[in-house]
Amino acid sequence: MKILVCITHVPDTTSRIAFTDNNTKFDTNGVQFIIGPYDDYALARAVELKEAQGGSVTVLNVGGAETEPTIRKALAIGADDAIRVNADPVDSLFVARQIAAVAEGKGYDLILMGRESIDFNGGMVHGMVGEILGIPALSPVMQLDVDGGKAKIAREIEGGKEYLELDMPFVAGCQEPIAEWKIPNMRGIMSARTKPLEVVEPASDEKGTQLKGFELPPPKGEIKMFEPDQVEELVKALKNEAKVL
Amino acid sequence: MNILVFVESDEGKIKKSSQEAVAFGAAMGGTVTAIALGSIESAELENLGRFGATKVLHASDDRLSQGVIKAYTSVIAQAMEKIGADVLVLANSSLGNPVSAHISVKLDASLVSNVTELPDTSGGAFTVKRSIYTGKAFANVTLGKDKKILAIKKNAIDIKETDGKATVEKFDATLSDADFNVKITKTDKAEGDVLLPEAEIVVSGGRGMKGPENWNIIEDLAKALGAATGCSKPVSDMDWRPHHEHVGQTGVKVSPQLYVAVGISGAIQHLAGVNSSKYIVVINKDPEAPFFKAADYGVVGDAFEVVPKLTEAIKATK
Repeated sequence: MKILVCITHVPDTTSRIAFTDNNTKFDTNGVQFIIGPYDDYALARAVELKEAQGGSVTVLNVGGAETEPTIRKALAIGADDAIRVNADPVDSLFVARQIAAVAEGKGYDLILMGRESIDFNGGMVHGMVGEILGIPALSPVMQLDVDGGKAKIAREIEGGKEYLELDMPFVAGCQEPIAEWKIPNMRGIMSARTKPLEVVEPASDEKGTQLKGFELPPPKGEIKMFEPDQVEELVKALKNEAKVL
Repeated sequence: MNILVFVESDEGKIKKSSQEAVAFGAAMGGTVTAIALGSIESAELENLGRFGATKVLHASDDRLSQGVIKAYTSVIAQAMEKIGADVLVLANSSLGNPVSAHISVKLDASLVSNVTELPDTSGGAFTVKRSIYTGKAFANVTLGKDKKILAIKKNAIDIKETDGKATVEKFDATLSDADFNVKITKTDKAEGDVLLPEAEIVVSGGRGMKGPENWNIIEDLAKALGAATGCSKPVSDMDWRPHHEHVGQTGVKVSPQLYVAVGISGAIQHLAGVNSSKYIVVINKDPEAPFFKAADYGVVGDAFEVVPKLTEAIKATK
């Protein structure tokens, strides 16, 4: 089975979010970059499937040279080779076009990625890739089992889960608990250094949107504290002040 | 501006988030047509007039009673073309998001999700504000293509109801077997409860609740408030509660009017899921819990003592 796993290179979930250049650029100062947590689930499941059924796992990232340590980490976790599309991932459609161009005609049985990137949270790339390639795209997928050319998946919906059956190939946006995150071991880290990492130039420069600038939310006001025996006062505040009851 | 709004239903009722999507379309200042799929009563569809829809297209094909992404994509894309829609508006959801991604490619439209405010169309551009970094910041983005799709975040707009009534028109879309090649074999869904992403009030419990057997305390408060229940990541990891109730960075992101956190310390990953809430109440026995820094109201105390008292106090006001 041939699996393509698309990963993002994003700030750690505990990062302080700030902007520079008159609020047009993300401030990377002191920020640690990681494989997107959802992409990490997709990668872990891909490696599990490969270990159980044979095949190969290719990692794909759309990003500048600064993302290569993140790509090497994915190789250390168990991917066989990697492709980096040398461009800033500026927009969902732009990224989807690059992924589709890489995947087109390569015979991937599965194209996995996270349900969304944790920087822009668009959650749109998998659906766009599916439409461009003319194959199904499902997200958020929390269970994925493959048998022959068929797959059984569970997708999270509001208030529950939906179970689906479909033929491969397809695209899936993944989330927990599809697999347990894998931590690279020493052998993985050593072998990742020599695994192939191909750099390709973008196939298309089509975008759907243009970024104008960033904003931070207004700071939170002072908290109002109540003693455990003042719950009536709290209810009054919620009713008369916040007007939410 | 010709606006199409995709409305979703749950147990035969139009979802609150879809009513907001219609209101959002109307506030953009155009002619609003809604499209509804599957089995929904006409009266419920006419009622969309109250939120600003002039007309509702109803595709009632039996096969559309399940939210099959490809089939929904086909029907909504055909509806957009039929009415010559410039903009498609829908609510962020597990169905709306994939459908909008497919349509954006199919019809060559610019797409933005997590939209939090009405677009700014001054100077001929079309710019929207969207939530990014899991609610920790916003981006203003311009949509460059002729057709546009906006997937809006809960509470992006305050609904103002009128006494309008929409006309309902049957919509016969062309569907092929290929539109149904992904089979939904089963759906497990909590029934009768307020859906977490739809809720105006959410009550969540954390590890401080000590075990799943104590969840009646959370549920009683939620019931008194008409709220949905949520939980922190450790609670869903330990299987005290199902994953679809997990609120946070890697779970459900909520933006209710009121979020009540009980026995949750407030790790940054949990805060990421709730930081768009209008008001936050934190009940925790640890005065140093980081959640207090993100809250509007707080009580330092034992959840097992404070929450039942709070439930009674709320019942007393009703």
